[in-house]
Amino acid sequence: MCEQIEGSQAMARVVAACRPDVVCAYPISPQTHIVEALAAMVRAGRPGRAQFVNVESEMAALSVAIGASATGARAYTATASQGLLYMAEALYNAAGLGLPIVMTVANRAIGAPINIWNDHSDSISQRDSGWIQLYALDNQHAADLHPVAFRLAEEVSLPVMVCVDGFVLTHAVEPVDLAEQAQVDAFLPPFAPRQVLDPDDPITIGAMVGPEAFTEVRFLAHENAKRALDRLPVLAADYAAIVGRTVPAIVDSYRSEDAEMLVIAMGSVVGTLKDAVDELRDDGADVGALGLVAYRPFPFETIRAAAAGRSRVIVLERAQPAGSTGVVGAEVRSALPGGPPVHSVVAGLGGRPVTRSSLKTVITAAQRGELPELSFMDLDTGLVEAARSAT
Amino acid sequence: MTTQRLKFYQVGSFAVGNRLAAPDQRTVQARPDRANALTSGHRACRGCGEALGARFVQDAAARAAEGRLISVNATGCLEVFSTPFPETAWQVPWIHSLFGNAPSVASGVAYALRAKGDTRTRVLGQGGDGGTVDIGFASLSGMFERNDDVLFVCYDNQGYMNTGVQRSGATPPAARTATTPALGPTPGNPFGQGKDAPRIAAAHRIPYVATATIADLHDLEDKVAAAMALHGARYLHVLVPCPLGWGSASAETVKLARLAVDTALFPLYEARGGEVTAVTRLRRQPVPVEQYLRPQKRYRHLFEPGIDTATLDRIQLIADANIAEYGLAPEEGS
Repeated sequence: MCEQIEGSQAMARVVAACRPDVVCAYPISPQTHIVEALAAMVRAGRPGRAQFVNVESEMAALSVAIGASATGARAYTATASQGLLYMAEALYNAAGLGLPIVMTVANRAIGAPINIWNDHSDSISQRDSGWIQLYALDNQHAADLHPVAFRLAEEVSLPVMVCVDGFVLTHAVEPVDLAEQAQVDAFLPPFAPRQVLDPDDPITIGAMVGPEAFTEVRFLAHENAKRALDRLPVLAADYAAIVGRTVPAIVDSYRSEDAEMLVIAMGSVVGTLKDAVDELRDDGADVGALGLVAYRPFPFETIRAAAAGRSRVIVLERAQPAGSTGVVGAEVRSALPGGPPVHSVVAGLGGRPVTRSSLKTVITAAQRGELPELSFMDLDTGLVEAARSAT
Repeated sequence: MTTQRLKFYQVGSFAVGNRLAAPDQRTVQARPDRANALTSGHRACRGCGEALGARFVQDAAARAAEGRLISVNATGCLEVFSTPFPETAWQVPWIHSLFGNAPSVASGVAYALRAKGDTRTRVLGQGGDGGTVDIGFASLSGMFERNDDVLFVCYDNQGYMNTGVQRSGATPPAARTATTPALGPTPGNPFGQGKDAPRIAAAHRIPYVATATIADLHDLEDKVAAAMALHGARYLHVLVPCPLGWGSASAETVKLARLAVDTALFPLYEARGGEVTAVTRLRRQPVPVEQYLRPQKRYRHLFEPGIDTATLDRIQLIADANIAEYGLAPEEGS
């Protein structure tokens, strides 16, 4: 049923429909509305015997989820920003143990300087943690990705982050078609854990592995992650067939089939980008957009196919590692050996809006061959100079 | 429920063999149907107090849970020596996640059981003193204050022994560790530092807290049984001498644990709901701390080249204060 609803409420409703057994959370903006809504639903007895656990830190939130998942419970948590970093050690552990936890990340900048607004520096910083990372394009997509995330996680025994732009999506009210419980039930079977702590069949989980087998463990994890990439579109298509709308799972391609120039982005900015593409096309520019949904595992072949024959690729970077190049752009570049030039444009850090006009300015500059390999969109040079002269 | 005193003991050690005890007073280890949760063949050092303690704790807990026990382990010696892949010494379902999160993982197991409607299976968390009183302390405190249905056991060997004997928040004053060397004007670990973890646990007003050692395994098992008879957050702090870290003879592990009690440096008590409800009084007049300290190379700087009576006196004052605080003095006529 289509409702005018806040993104966090929509995600919480869909997560509840996925029948989690254990939901644990430590509050951090802008994740709070999601877990508040889940706390209320669990108190109201929905879903079933679900347990909501208020913990003392994000480290504990993910650790409770680890214990619960290893005991055969469907476990869910949500966090953002500093909280994601505080659970970093447990992120690698959950992935290494192959525990299919689903976590919403309400994407937010990392301090210092402290900043509660949206960019992707939190989840990007954990790109190597072994988690699958999916980036939601809008609130409908954010809601739909959660059942897909649970099914994928449990099928391949890997944890999944659903990355959702903080405030921009979590706090935005827009129409969302919420899946019925029966639709989610038809798609998502009860959790059948691959290994479980069970007194009737005791196993040891988390043994120490030395040099004689560690490489093989990592190799198999890599193979498994690639398998997740194969399964993801299949599962998303299954869910899409049940709910009757498309659910982009790897990429979301927009007017890019014949475009000379391709602009790649992740998250809610893809919506703005599509508008910019429309306006530029109206002006005769030959440009298309590609929303990247699956960032981990990275879809090298899809990117290669999408960028084939383009003269130029622009990547919007919602995080910037000081002293290096754009993170996503570097991987796009490595997917296109001998391919077109790839420009990283750092945009929308710490909540700065990415506007259509700024996007059009950047794309137009690229068309003229005037866009450097790495640039910062809307950089306030006056502010930069003032800061320089003050030191 | 501390323990009815056994009537038979060998003079001197107070130890008693199972064959001298009535059948209902024999340890779990004496029974052929014990869980044997931590089975033989693991890689602990000779004379490891933690291995001994963990085996007794696990089997007593498994008996109380009628075999339905899940164990959660912090990183540390116990985890390392018991699970070198592809081997495992554990015959109970067992998980190791990280160093600082074992109480939280144990909570997660407990919540999963509740969500699944499993009211029979019980949860035991365990770690060393580093994983418990230092890096895992926030996790432990959170588990306590939520009163999660977990028994957490700290095997306290008073330092980071797995990483090569560094100082922890449970290292006693004057003890030499690799990071509190026996050098300078005040050699060893400073006085006036460290945490009283069992008392802090009790301050959470959880249902059950107890201290125990591997010198009195009957008492240890009884305290595990008492903890397992209750639900909610429970804590057991077990002193487990470490020959490597303490610089003691492998054969003296049990003896040193006994001396820690007999000197009153390690008081034995139970606390329920935040109040100390039972104390094990000394059986004889307290042993001077020097007898406990001298066999341990971590205190050698107190005896060589000359005897550091000032520091020995300070440590004796700690024992004396314990006697006064907990009322440990032996009964008249002992």
